[in-house]
Amino acid sequence: MHGDDTRPWTFYAFAAFFTLFVLFLYGPMIVIYILSFQGPNGGMTFPLNGVSLHWFSALVSQTRVGDIAGSFVRSIGLAAIVAVITVVLSVLAGLAFRRRFRGSAFAFYLAIASLIMPGLFVGLGIALTFRLLGLPTEWFTTGLGAQLTWTLPFGLLIMFAVLGRFNRSYEEAATDLGATNWQKVREVTLPILLPGIIGVALFGFTLSYDEIARTALAAGARNTLPLEIWAMTTNVTSPTLYAVGAVTTIVSFIVIIVALGSIAIVQRRRAAAGMRTE
Amino acid sequence: MAIVNPAADAFAASDRAEPEAVEYPGERASWLQVAPLVVVLLLFFGLPMLVVLAVSFFDFSRTEIIPAFIFDNYIDLFRSEVTLRLYASSLKFAAIVWAVTLVLGFNIAYFLVFHVRGLLFQIGLFLLCTVPFLTSNIIRMISWIPFLGRNGIFNQALQGAGITSQPLEFLLFSDFAVIVAYVHLFTLFMVVPIFNSMARIDKSLLEAARDAGAGRFRVVAEVVWPLSRTGIALGSIFVVTLVMGDSFVVRTMSGGQSASVVSALQNEVAALQYPPAAASAVIMVIIVTLMVAGILRVVDVRKELAG
Repeated sequence: MHGDDTRPWTFYAFAAFFTLFVLFLYGPMIVIYILSFQGPNGGMTFPLNGVSLHWFSALVSQTRVGDIAGSFVRSIGLAAIVAVITVVLSVLAGLAFRRRFRGSAFAFYLAIASLIMPGLFVGLGIALTFRLLGLPTEWFTTGLGAQLTWTLPFGLLIMFAVLGRFNRSYEEAATDLGATNWQKVREVTLPILLPGIIGVALFGFTLSYDEIARTALAAGARNTLPLEIWAMTTNVTSPTLYAVGAVTTIVSFIVIIVALGSIAIVQRRRAAAGMRTE
Repeated sequence: MAIVNPAADAFAASDRAEPEAVEYPGERASWLQVAPLVVVLLLFFGLPMLVVLAVSFFDFSRTEIIPAFIFDNYIDLFRSEVTLRLYASSLKFAAIVWAVTLVLGFNIAYFLVFHVRGLLFQIGLFLLCTVPFLTSNIIRMISWIPFLGRNGIFNQALQGAGITSQPLEFLLFSDFAVIVAYVHLFTLFMVVPIFNSMARIDKSLLEAARDAGAGRFRVVAEVVWPLSRTGIALGSIFVVTLVMGDSFVVRTMSGGQSASVVSALQNEVAALQYPPAAASAVIMVIIVTLMVAGILRVVDVRKELAG
C-alpha cells in the first residue's frame, strides 16, 4: 500500500490468524476422512487400528445402517432438478429486476423472507398444508418445493451480483446491429452471464444436496441423504458415519471442481477470443 | 455475492411515492419473468406460513388437528416456564456466536481485502473460505466429535503435553461444543458480506486517513468499520437468524442436554402436536423479525444499498 515491498508486522499477525482459521475450517474434516480408513476393529477416534476400506464396504453391504444407497440416488436426482429450476427461475427473475416494475419490492422481500425464515418452519408449514389438503408429502414434490424456498433466494442474490457488473452496451450494440430480442438474449446476454449462471447452478445443486432443516418435515417417507445421515448420528457409533461423510464430501468437491473448472474455461476462451479481435 | 444495483432499484422504486397508476416501460415483460419465482415462493413459502399461522389457533387431539379458533396454544406457551428458559438458551447461543463470528469475520475480511496482494491470490483465499460452505453441514458438525470427545484428539494432545492429567469432560456434548460447531458452520455468513462491503471501500480513503496522522487502529475504527456497516448488518442478520432457527446442531452437539426453541418445537412435531408447535413458530418468527428490524434500525441497509 505504500508502494514498497516491506509488509507491516500486522500482515504477519493476520496471516497467522487466517492460517489458524483455515485449519479450524478444514482440520476436523480432514480428521474424519483419515478416520474413515480405520481398521475393522478401530473406534470413533485415534489411534488408527490398522488401515482398511472396511467401513466403506460396510456402507454398501450393511442394511443395518439404513438406506444409504437409495437416499444417495434420491439426493443426487433432487439436487439436479433443484439446480435446473433454480437456474431458470433466478436468471429470469434477475433479468426482470433490471427494469423498474410495480411489485418489485414485494418480490424482493418475499425472497429475503424465504431466505431467513428458520428452515424447519418452512418444512412444518408445507407438511401442514399438504396434510390439510389430504395430499401426501414426497421428496420430489414437497421436498423439492421446500428446497426451492432456500435455493431460489440465493440464486436471485447471485444474479443481482452478476447483473450489477453487466455492461449493457453489448446488448445495445446487438440491437443496433439488427438483432431481434430473442437473438440478443441468446447470443449476447446469456453467454456473457454464463459464468454467473454456472455459479447459480453450483449453489442450487450443493445447497439442495446438503439441505436438511427444510427437507426434514417435508420429504415424506423416503429420506434424502442428509436425513439418512442425521438418523445415523443418533444410532450408528462406528466409523461408517465417517465413511459416509467422506463419500458425500467427495461428491460435493467433484461438483465444486467441475463448476469452477467450467467457469475458468469460459473465462479463458473469452480472454483468447478478446485477444483475437483486438 | 454483493447485492447491487437491481436490488437498489427495487428499493428506490418502492421508496418513491409515485401513484400506482404509473406504468414503467417493459413492466409486463418483467412481471412475466419474475412470475415463476414468485409463484413457487408463494406456493411453498407464503401459503405454508399462513397455514402455520392458522393452525396455531387450531385445537388438537392425540391423533388429529381440529380446525378451531382458540388461543389455548398461545396461553399455554406464555404460561409455561419452559418457554422462557428455551428463549434464554437460544438468545445466549445467538449472542455468543454473533460476537465470535463478528470478530472472526471482520478480521478475516480485513486480511483478505487490505493485506492480500494480487487478485488471483485474493480469489483463491476467498474460495478456500467458501468451499466448506458448499459441503454437508451435518458432516462438518460431526467432524468435531473425534476432536472434542473424551478420548478425542484435543484431550489426547492436552494430556500428552502434560497440561491436564485427566480428560476434560466439558468439551463434547456441551454448550461449548454447540458454540464451536455454530462458529465453524456460520462464520462464513459473516465473512462474505463484510468482504463485499470492504472490497468497495476506496483505498485512497485509508491513505488519506494515514496521511492525516491516524494510526493503524484509528484507520480501522474510524474508516473501515463504519464503511463496512452494511456487510456487518447483513452478516449479523444471517448469523442471528441461523442460530435462532437451529435445532440440529444444538441436539447433536449438546448430546441432548441443551435445547433451543426450535429443537423443542421439533419434539412437539414428532409428538404430532402441530397446533402448539405452530404457535411456538409464530412467536419465534415475531421475535426474530424484531431482532432483524433492530439490526436494520442501527444500520439502514436499504439506504446504503440504494445510495
